[in-house]
Amino acid sequence: MTPLLQLVSVTKSFGAVRALKGVSFDLKAGEVHALLGENGAGKSTLIKVITGAHRPDAGTMAIAGNAIENLTPTAAQRLGIACIHQQPTLFPDLTVAENIALRLGTTRSFARVNWPANRARTAELLGRIGAAIEPDAEVRSLSMPGQQLVEIACALGAGARIVIMDEPTASLTQKEQHLLFGVVRDLKARGVGVIYISHRLEEIFALADRVTVLRDGESIGTREVHQPSGSGALAGASPSGASPVDAPSGEAPEGQSDRRGACPTIDLTEAELIRLMVGREVAAIYPPSESDPGDVVLSIHNLGCSAGGVKNVTLDIRAGEIVGLAGLVGAGRTELARVLFGLTPADAGQIRLHGQSITVCSPQEAVAHGIAYVPEDRRRHGIILEMPVAENLTMAIHRRLFPGSWLKLKAERHLALDLIRDLGVKAYGPEAPGGSLSGGNQQKVSVARWLATKPKLLILDEPTQGVDVGAKSEIHRIIRRLAKDGLAVLMISSDLPEVLGMSDRIAVMRGGTVVATLPGGTSAHEVMATALGQSAPEAAA
Amino acid sequence: MSRYFRELSVAAVLALMLSALAVFAPSFFSPAPLLSRLASEVPALVVALGMAVVMIGRQIDISVGSIFGLTAVLSGTLLANQVPLPLVLPLAILTGALFGGINGWLVAGLGLPSIVVTLATLVTGRELLSLWQQGRFISLPEGVQWFGLGQTTGQWTLIAVGLLLVTLMAWASRNLAAGRFIYAVGSDPEAARLAGVRPGAVTFGTFVLMGALAGFAAVLNLVQSPQVDPKAGGGLELKAIAAAVIGGVAVTGGRGRLWGVFLGLLLLTTINPALTYLRVEAYWEKAIQGTVILLAVVADRFQGNGGAK
Repeated sequence: MTPLLQLVSVTKSFGAVRALKGVSFDLKAGEVHALLGENGAGKSTLIKVITGAHRPDAGTMAIAGNAIENLTPTAAQRLGIACIHQQPTLFPDLTVAENIALRLGTTRSFARVNWPANRARTAELLGRIGAAIEPDAEVRSLSMPGQQLVEIACALGAGARIVIMDEPTASLTQKEQHLLFGVVRDLKARGVGVIYISHRLEEIFALADRVTVLRDGESIGTREVHQPSGSGALAGASPSGASPVDAPSGEAPEGQSDRRGACPTIDLTEAELIRLMVGREVAAIYPPSESDPGDVVLSIHNLGCSAGGVKNVTLDIRAGEIVGLAGLVGAGRTELARVLFGLTPADAGQIRLHGQSITVCSPQEAVAHGIAYVPEDRRRHGIILEMPVAENLTMAIHRRLFPGSWLKLKAERHLALDLIRDLGVKAYGPEAPGGSLSGGNQQKVSVARWLATKPKLLILDEPTQGVDVGAKSEIHRIIRRLAKDGLAVLMISSDLPEVLGMSDRIAVMRGGTVVATLPGGTSAHEVMATALGQSAPEAAA
Repeated sequence: MSRYFRELSVAAVLALMLSALAVFAPSFFSPAPLLSRLASEVPALVVALGMAVVMIGRQIDISVGSIFGLTAVLSGTLLANQVPLPLVLPLAILTGALFGGINGWLVAGLGLPSIVVTLATLVTGRELLSLWQQGRFISLPEGVQWFGLGQTTGQWTLIAVGLLLVTLMAWASRNLAAGRFIYAVGSDPEAARLAGVRPGAVTFGTFVLMGALAGFAAVLNLVQSPQVDPKAGGGLELKAIAAAVIGGVAVTGGRGRLWGVFLGLLLLTTINPALTYLRVEAYWEKAIQGTVILLAVVADRFQGNGGAK
């Protein structure tokens, strides 16, 4: 039987970064094929290739046996490929019927819109997936799953044969998940191929027929999944015991017959999936830890912020200690940093700095307490691109450097030169605009600005994201040196080897809270298992 | 050189126009009318400087004409009631700052878009003014016009005040922490916030300064005639914005120099008389002004606007 979708040896590079290194992937009709991988493993790139958003550098793609070349997003839609994004991409001010009409309607700009027909069609599509949504409801008024259902209705209406779901359950409640699973099984029964991306292993075991694991842009392996209906209890069930297993009403019969693939059917366990996801050694490129942790600098207890989605966080950081904050995208790491820096002030719990209880309601207060935050997404907010390096460096220390608000340009220049030399910033001088520097050097300026405040606690959010390898190890050495000098460092990173290589301790977040604090020598496997919410059955080697 | 490319090119165009005038219409440089023309532009300069500050901070204030008009009428009424000028001047500045504070609170405090807020306060102020004054002019007592110094000395005084203010503000924008914060907030409010600057306070401050300068300008305007026109300041916002834009202030915030605004206003105000002296029909004036503003914005787009092409 010809697969519905087949990709062979697809590669895609962005500049020097090879996002996909020869990935092969296939999807059968009436199958749910899960895609699993760490942050940055290449899942999104692969999806974008399939939906025509990215053109692969090499490799072939075929739909129902027909080779596809030069795919564009519009062509992909015509071919029956639909993508349900984690954040629905609907127009919030338009009604459901208007949204669906826009997606499916005529492409002629001046044709008259047949509203009664549109409404009827919308009602029919929504009815097909069992969604109780009024066609005239404004999308703004719908819940997140409601909006996802509208997207699915759109996909159905467009006659989609391949539906891609990108972490569809990330923002859903348990009950909404069940509803969504029902829809997925229904799609499957209709012979639609579903590519299902999720970090939640229990969902994969509940829904998927096969699972492909990506790591560092390569396909590590494809495994069959024994559906719970056939094999009884699953191995290593989640601690919450919340495997949402519905009655297998929507099981597709042809899915069953296709169960024997090329790879040997081994009894797939969660432990094996995690091993596939992380299975690599931490390279010995990280500078060794020389710190000798001192007194507790920051101590937070049951910290929460409902606006930021952070709850019950308890964590200590000592002087001279680097605490890595690990977790998957959406686990609440940046949100925790924003609470500590007063950008979204806490509404529950305690923050103690050197034993003294403090409140942090604004960045100004955070700075006054000696908390510094180097934000992620440096190109946007880490430094001010139009301003010279020197002005960027002194931005956070105006009050101390210039008492009485008069700028002392000479003093500023001296300080800037010192910091530039100290951190090895490559710029033609303190007067070079921030935007003229390379990514790694911008990041150094961003770090240097906060070092100038002489902080007690330094929070780094993705400190090496998007910087080249050389600058990355320089930044690592700088972080090490700062810790050695007695600074308490909280380092958020999605780069697992970086977390493992740099941290004295690793705090793992999931669902807005710190679920575990692991010692420095923890294995990648254990960190990933904790981040995914699985108990690790194997002891760390 | 390239850092000051914009300001230098405005200066070059200005020099070109002045030399053309020197050759073809030397009477443009006869002292008395020139002095009078320059003095009459000082209030617009003061407002344009404030506007530039607001625009560098990524906002805009189109209500300046109304603040100017309201302050002028208020000051005129006080002066007509024998309140001395040295007392009226600070009161006028305070009144302007108060109106600016209202704008600033609506924009920075409530997070409303400044173009809508100040459009509303522009219209409201103007209507309140016509209700109050019903179009009546206010006659000023003796000794107010030209500060009681006589016309020539008075005009020189005004010009000196204008030049002093340009120098002072241009210096402060580079040498006061507050000036730098305005540039930072105008470049990237979120980055400024993450660096510990309070963007709301900065924005509020720029509107208060704008209001205060509009109030000051109203007095500098009022001393040039024996009466206060209740319609004074109409269209002032356009002139101020145009001067700022021509002088190199980025509408998107974060960039611009105050002495560039000074050159921009000089260029703008030379166009009209130049056309008259060169016997171009008056109908062309506004069209040519508009073209110059468009040219300035187009030049911004292509002159390495933040690194983009």
